[in-house]
Amino acid sequence: MEQTIDQLKKSLLSVDHAASNEILQRISNELTYTEIIDKIIMPVMDQIGLGWEDGTVALSQVYMTGKFTEKFVDSILPPGDPNRKHKPKMAITVLEDYHMLGKRIIYSMLRASGFELYDYGHTTVNSLFQKIKDDDINTILISTLMLPSALKIKELKAKLIAENMNTRVIVGGAPYRFDNQLWKDVGADAMASGANEVISIINGNGGQV
Amino acid sequence: MKTNITSLQRVLTSLGHSEPDRVPFFLLLSMHGAKELNMSIKEYFSLPDNVVEGQLRLREKFKDDCYYTFFYAGIEIEAMGGKVIFTNDGPPNVSTPIIKNIDDIAKLKHISIKESPHLNKVLETTRKLKKTIGDDAPIIGVVMSPFSLPIMQMGFSGYLDLLYDHPKEFNQLMTYNEKFCIDWGRAQIESGATAICYFDPFSSPTMIPKEVFLKTGFEIGKSTISGIAGPVAIHLASGITLPIADELSQIGAAVLGVSVNEDLAELKSKYKGKISLLGNLNAVEMRRWDKETAEREVQKAIKKAGPGGGFILSDNHGEIPYQVSDEVLIAISDAVHKYGHYPIEM
Repeated sequence: MEQTIDQLKKSLLSVDHAASNEILQRISNELTYTEIIDKIIMPVMDQIGLGWEDGTVALSQVYMTGKFTEKFVDSILPPGDPNRKHKPKMAITVLEDYHMLGKRIIYSMLRASGFELYDYGHTTVNSLFQKIKDDDINTILISTLMLPSALKIKELKAKLIAENMNTRVIVGGAPYRFDNQLWKDVGADAMASGANEVISIINGNGGQV
Repeated sequence: MKTNITSLQRVLTSLGHSEPDRVPFFLLLSMHGAKELNMSIKEYFSLPDNVVEGQLRLREKFKDDCYYTFFYAGIEIEAMGGKVIFTNDGPPNVSTPIIKNIDDIAKLKHISIKESPHLNKVLETTRKLKKTIGDDAPIIGVVMSPFSLPIMQMGFSGYLDLLYDHPKEFNQLMTYNEKFCIDWGRAQIESGATAICYFDPFSSPTMIPKEVFLKTGFEIGKSTISGIAGPVAIHLASGITLPIADELSQIGAAVLGVSVNEDLAELKSKYKGKISLLGNLNAVEMRRWDKETAEREVQKAIKKAGPGGGFILSDNHGEIPYQVSDEVLIAISDAVHKYGHYPIEM
């Protein structure tokens, strides 16, 4: 198993689609789809996520990995499959700015890990608040690149509190990585630097909470 | 101790890897000029005279060593027919990408720098500043690198797909962008800019692995910087540099903007005598600094990188956020004037 994880990680990081497909094809004959996700794909993405955090893996590699594995997992576990992880009820968005890459990566990585979540695209504080309310979202993942956008979380959090909504706000993006106090300043419940940390936070065993 | 030298002389001495009278420092302020003139950011950047006045007032107030004619990154996209969305508290964002699919790359039209009303505002600002200040302080112009510009031209994920999956169209776009970047850099130098800051965040190992950089950003950077044919600083806008230090030292730039995510002493040791460093105060944290923190951070950076010259104190991103207060900027300036005199007291 360890060898397969290592091989898949290497092929994904070098964006070798043919080699990645060959490995996944081979293990598809040996493991059930839940085993493939939980025992192979999630550990690979966890290692790649840790590599991103410690600076040994580049953002482009994280993106290409997420995109490839999301597509593969969709093929074995289609959207709407009851075996997908629907809890907590989650959504993801880019708040007040237009830089979508971070959201796209986290969305892909979570879906490749079997989670199902809403993709709200670009939102403003007001439109996001309304969507959270309408969909009864338990956990909102918010990606921002620009500092002014990161600071807008404070307004969203105030609205949620005013309406007695206990939606958990998990933030991520460059401003939070450059100032590790910022997520607390804006009233977020947690900060995650990658999908692996989001999953740890959801499972109650990691991330900055 | 050398005294009574101009900011330009101070900077040039340091870039020659010698010690001037004190450590030069650049406060790379763009939007703060709007505050000075009590205007919205959109109104401020609508007229060159506003930016000239803003830059003059900012340097008068903070007593740093440069003028910065950077408007906002999206101005190059406006010149290419795109649009930006202004906000009241930050740089404008590019709205819809001008390259919506890869077929659009072949349809990109040549941009004449001198006929672009957007770019001409920057050129006019540069000319007016130069006329006013002469050789007192360097005027720093800005270009986005051909390799990083597609993030705004087509969106980040679209660009990564292009880079990995469509080499022919990628090369086509690089050829187009390189021509534009060289023309744009040269036009600013002809208008009076002392040096060009070549922003290339996409080349950082934070963004792409070294093996990809060697085949792409490195070659494009060498060719473009050589084409600009003037003094150039390369800035990876908060991205790390050490894994590609040897290549960055050879890329043709005199100065390298460095990240707060790497230790300044290690950076200085690695780049000493090869390329001067610009950095690396944490621009995001500055928002919540007090006077004591500013003083401590400045002192720390100066001790690590100041000795021997080859160092300009600045922020680590190339643009100080609008949210950073005047009090913090004054505290940074005061600290440089207090602790930055050579020889540096260790």
